[in-house]
Amino acid sequence: MLSDGHMDTVIKIENLSKQYRLGQVGTGTLSHDLNRWWHRIRGLDDPYARVGEVNDRSMKGASEYVWALRDINFDVKRGESIGIIGKNGAGKSTILKIISRITSPTSGCVKIKGRIASLLEVGTGFHPELTGRENIYMNGTIMGMTRREITERLDEIVAFAGVERYLDTPVKRYSSGMTVRLGFAVAAHLEPEILVVDEVLAVGDAEFQKKAVGKLQDVSQGHGRTVLFVSHNMGIIGSLCTKCIYLNNGTVARIGSADKVIAQYLSNCIEKKNTQLSRRKDRIGNGSVRVTGINFFDAVTGKPVDMLITGQSIYIEISYLSDISRLSSIRNFNIGLAFSTSTGHTLSVLNSEMANRAFSNLPLRGSVFCHIPRLPFMKGEYQVRFTLQVNGQLADQVDGACTVTVLPGDFFNTGISYPHHKNGIYIEHSWTTKII
Amino acid sequence: MRFHDIVSQSAFRRGEDDWDYIICARHNPLDLKLREVYRYRDLLYMLVKRDFVAVYKQTILGPLWFFIQPLLTTLVFTVIFGRLAQISTDGIPPVLFYLAGITCWNYFASCLTATSTTFRDNQGIFGKVYFPRLVVPLSIVASNLIKFFIQFLMFLGIYFYFLFFTGAPVQPNFHWMLLPLLVFMMAGLALGFGLIITSMTTKYRDLVFLLSFGIQLYMYATPVIYPLSSLPPEKRFWLVLNPMTSIIETFKFGFLGRGTFNWAHLGYSLFFMCCLLLAGVVVFNRTEKNFMDTV
Repeated sequence: MLSDGHMDTVIKIENLSKQYRLGQVGTGTLSHDLNRWWHRIRGLDDPYARVGEVNDRSMKGASEYVWALRDINFDVKRGESIGIIGKNGAGKSTILKIISRITSPTSGCVKIKGRIASLLEVGTGFHPELTGRENIYMNGTIMGMTRREITERLDEIVAFAGVERYLDTPVKRYSSGMTVRLGFAVAAHLEPEILVVDEVLAVGDAEFQKKAVGKLQDVSQGHGRTVLFVSHNMGIIGSLCTKCIYLNNGTVARIGSADKVIAQYLSNCIEKKNTQLSRRKDRIGNGSVRVTGINFFDAVTGKPVDMLITGQSIYIEISYLSDISRLSSIRNFNIGLAFSTSTGHTLSVLNSEMANRAFSNLPLRGSVFCHIPRLPFMKGEYQVRFTLQVNGQLADQVDGACTVTVLPGDFFNTGISYPHHKNGIYIEHSWTTKII
Repeated sequence: MRFHDIVSQSAFRRGEDDWDYIICARHNPLDLKLREVYRYRDLLYMLVKRDFVAVYKQTILGPLWFFIQPLLTTLVFTVIFGRLAQISTDGIPPVLFYLAGITCWNYFASCLTATSTTFRDNQGIFGKVYFPRLVVPLSIVASNLIKFFIQFLMFLGIYFYFLFFTGAPVQPNFHWMLLPLLVFMMAGLALGFGLIITSMTTKYRDLVFLLSFGIQLYMYATPVIYPLSSLPPEKRFWLVLNPMTSIIETFKFGFLGRGTFNWAHLGYSLFFMCCLLLAGVVVFNRTEKNFMDTV
């Protein structure tokens, strides 16, 4: 029996659905409750369970009830680490909340084997007046440990958090980073069989993030524990998870190996973002001129391309449109592009003023082009942010305006393409035996 | 550690359909989850400790407040109800009479006030981690018990002064030994009411406004500042329906020797408390499952 233990199903989710009521909860709840009760004593179904529609934030719905999750089914085997991805509002957190027993489903079931710990937040229950030591006990007991268990692991927890000197100081004197470290340290030493993690890693400094991801990797790979992980950071998901679940509007869009599911998710995001740049609302700047589209062209063939290849000669077209009521002509037009990894680290910037010139006397509507003779990016996904300055003032800026996929290619003209999947940049160089 | 070991060993040995937790839309309302509450007893201890540390740290007079508040209330009652309104205290010195009533009532009232905002006060924690929610109101009852004990010691001090150094007609009798039962019943009643109120306020906020007002009114419907015997006999029946009446009367009877003591009245209160507490826990467990969606 022990031999096939690792194939056990430890979480089984069956027809899980969750309905939420939108709008103002409070008005009309009494009448709905009475109506529900009246249906129930007559042995009828809940009259509000039938209404409700697919949960799409951007569409205006007719009903005030929506399904945050609808008929979700999947199994998790012992020792698997599973990433749950999807855009905001797809139902990722709702699933975690149901599995963590913070809220209960509207219908369906979740069956669980083994002790479960959920990290929807680190440092839950920390009280500012209590010392670090007291808060370790407070937080640990909230997470389900006994005081004896905590005492046994106290030294490890303190060492992991790196707060030895502050152990008997009230937590209100801690920096926010220290508080997070202490909270994560307690959570990391829970030793549950199933660990549920929501994006708690988005906090803390780089050194600590590395430590946290390392700890999660240990947990998922070393000890046959099961990890469920929600994040928007595809880099961390890719390195931690073997399998992914892609949620879309409360239903499972795809389950499969992490690489494939992440690729599909990203390509769905790109399509959406590229076509809708002109309609994006998350922009800053005075809006006197706006960027309406960013497109890529192969410099040799002159044709638009969806994906780029390392070493390729390309043109980037930036289309813009000015607010005619405010400007008669565009002078001093300075556009910058920043390429960053999916984790948000900037790799390189392109800037018209920095490279050769700021444009002046441009038409009110048109395009400018940036030529990159040899694309230096390694294989991978890159986020592009643009910043547009007109007359020295910020006119328009969008983070993650588009995402580009770079395929492995031949940067050094040696005929060999190196599939480095590192989100990095090649720089021109050569090797000799002496300084020429 | 113990629980962890048991689960990890048994999880291997068990068959496919032997689950530790099944999270479903409905559950048996009579499953009170008390075993789980017991497993989280260390959390209860930490919550009580936190309450005390937090109270001490934010005040200048610290634990002195435990004495000042009932003493001031007693003083006010002595002046208003004793001197001005001249309400009977059954021949007991007014200070002692009021302090006896207030010591008991304070325990009930502070438990009720604090437990009836459980969901609202803890929504931050409840939204992030699961533990049996019942631990929180239980910890409130427990930390108030310590407060009650301190105030009771003060009552004893003043009580012994009147007993030994004045000629006050104070006649203690063996009924004072019912004190643990009385405290238990007050805790049960406060918890029962509190659980029901906090469950209802997650959806209907109106109750919050009623609460502090309601507790005040309830005190006047309980023989705290007047003895039951001051009412005409035909009206006493209605007051005895209030489960707090026999508790306060028994306390005064046991320590002061005046008041009404009746096993039937006390039995009724105990029965009432058990029903209320059961109903409270059932309603609370039901609300706990979904309150994050409505709060």
